[in-house]
Amino acid sequence: MNILVCVKRVPAPGARINITSDGQQVDTAFLGFTVSPHEECAVEQAVQLVEKHGGEVTVLTLGPAEAQEQLRTAVSTGAVKAVLVPIDTTDWDPQRTAQAIATVITELEATNGKYDLILFGNESADSCGYQVGIRAALKLDRPIVNGAKGLDIENSVAVIRRESDAGVEIYKLKTPACVGVKEGINLPRYPTMKGRLASKKVEITQSTASGEVGGLKLIMLRRPPERASNTKILGNGPEAASAVVDLLEELGVFK
Amino acid sequence: MTVLAVVEHDRGIITTASFGVLTAARNLAKQMGAKFEALTIGANADALSEVISKYGASTIHQAHHQALIDFGPEAWGESIAQVVRKTSPQVVISSGTERGHEIIAQAAARLDLPAAMNCLEFDKDFNGTQPLKVVRARWGGSLMEESQIDAPIKLVTLANHIVEPQEELSTAPATVLAIDVDLDDSVTQSFVQDRVERVAGVTLATSPVVVSGGRGVGSAEAFAPLEELAGLLNGVVGCSRAVTNNGWRNHTDQVGQTGTRIAPDIYIACGISGAIQHWVGAMASKNILAINIDAQANIVTKAGYAVIGDLHVVVPAISAEIRRRRNL
Repeated sequence: MNILVCVKRVPAPGARINITSDGQQVDTAFLGFTVSPHEECAVEQAVQLVEKHGGEVTVLTLGPAEAQEQLRTAVSTGAVKAVLVPIDTTDWDPQRTAQAIATVITELEATNGKYDLILFGNESADSCGYQVGIRAALKLDRPIVNGAKGLDIENSVAVIRRESDAGVEIYKLKTPACVGVKEGINLPRYPTMKGRLASKKVEITQSTASGEVGGLKLIMLRRPPERASNTKILGNGPEAASAVVDLLEELGVFK
Repeated sequence: MTVLAVVEHDRGIITTASFGVLTAARNLAKQMGAKFEALTIGANADALSEVISKYGASTIHQAHHQALIDFGPEAWGESIAQVVRKTSPQVVISSGTERGHEIIAQAAARLDLPAAMNCLEFDKDFNGTQPLKVVRARWGGSLMEESQIDAPIKLVTLANHIVEPQEELSTAPATVLAIDVDLDDSVTQSFVQDRVERVAGVTLATSPVVVSGGRGVGSAEAFAPLEELAGLLNGVVGCSRAVTNNGWRNHTDQVGQTGTRIAPDIYIACGISGAIQHWVGAMASKNILAINIDAQANIVTKAGYAVIGDLHVVVPAISAEIRRRRNL
């Protein structure tokens, strides 16, 4: 079984996100980068599925040349092939991104055969567009369900578990299929020594990105208004317990 | 001109997010001098026309097909696309929820139109003829994006809890139009095929009290005092992403951008630094009490109340004080 996982390189912010002076992007001068959390779990799920059913995992990203760092991270945790679709600007709009990804996947499949599963993150951590996977799946003429908190393959059918307010929903898609994965589906493993070595050696395939500019255009980013907070310090150490319980009573917690 | 609200429901039961969507759609339609119409998907939602009328919709489209007995993202998206092709609205709006994002993305993909998710504001000067400027949430709400939707039909989702639901004061009954949508095998695969109903009781998302632990807790076992405090307060235990990444607790307990968004009466954050990813999941809490050894921790500076100290002694002391006062 062959699985393709699409990942995105995103900044790893701490307590505050700063914006560049032109308002066009997040100021990443002092930030590290990571694989967007949902996609990190998608890679882990793909690796677990091939461990169980055989096959191999390919990881793909559309991003700057530096995004090969995230591809190597994925290889260090079990992916074996990596594809970089380089773009020179920071971000492409969702329509353009989806078109480029679908085009590259079609090219890859022309030589390697169809992937049984193509996994996406439910939404990227930074731009939160909620649509690239769905648009790509439609272009590839494959079914897709988002929000997967469980994913297994039974007789060429992808069985997807998804949480809702009412409980757990179960979807079944005939492969080849696409799935949007959510964090919590698993606990991603740490890289092994063997994985680290493989990640250094892996040859990263480059594919040309092509996609027409879509209709959602960024004007600028800004920070939300700061919430004024005058933190009331109730005390230091265990002596503060009495003041805490006073507060809980005042807030009506015990009613 | 028309603004079309797509009403999210679960097997005929309207979701609370939909009321904000109906209100926002009506406000936008008034601003544009346009008609406000609504769309329900599946015959099991036909009865919702009564409540939708109260929000002032002039026409309610009811998409019908035998496959629409439960939720299916592709069939719902295709239904929206067909109704949009037929009615050519200027704006299509649905809820900023998992289903809302998914069906709008599906419809947008099928119509080859742009879509903007989690909108917080719409341009006050929008009249239906120019590109629509929106402000939308990025990074789970810790950053805002001003962008422009340049397309004849604008598809959006409304961020949750942004618009206070308000019924229209005087309304005439809406015209109800049933429309049989055409769905083929390509979209009827991705349906809910089975479900496990949730056992009744409070969940992390609905509990009025949440006692949450972060990296500072130190281990899975060290959550016991937090469990005890939560028990005394009839609340539930939550945690930060560092905790789930360490395998100390299940992801279902995680509060944050990629976990659960909560809005309890009080959120007690123990040994949590308050990184952006966590804060956006907790910021809707009505009161926040931070217990942290670091007085400069992000969560301490943002919380309404704080205790500076080691959670491992502060939390048991609070439980002991509650027991003493309540003779437990």
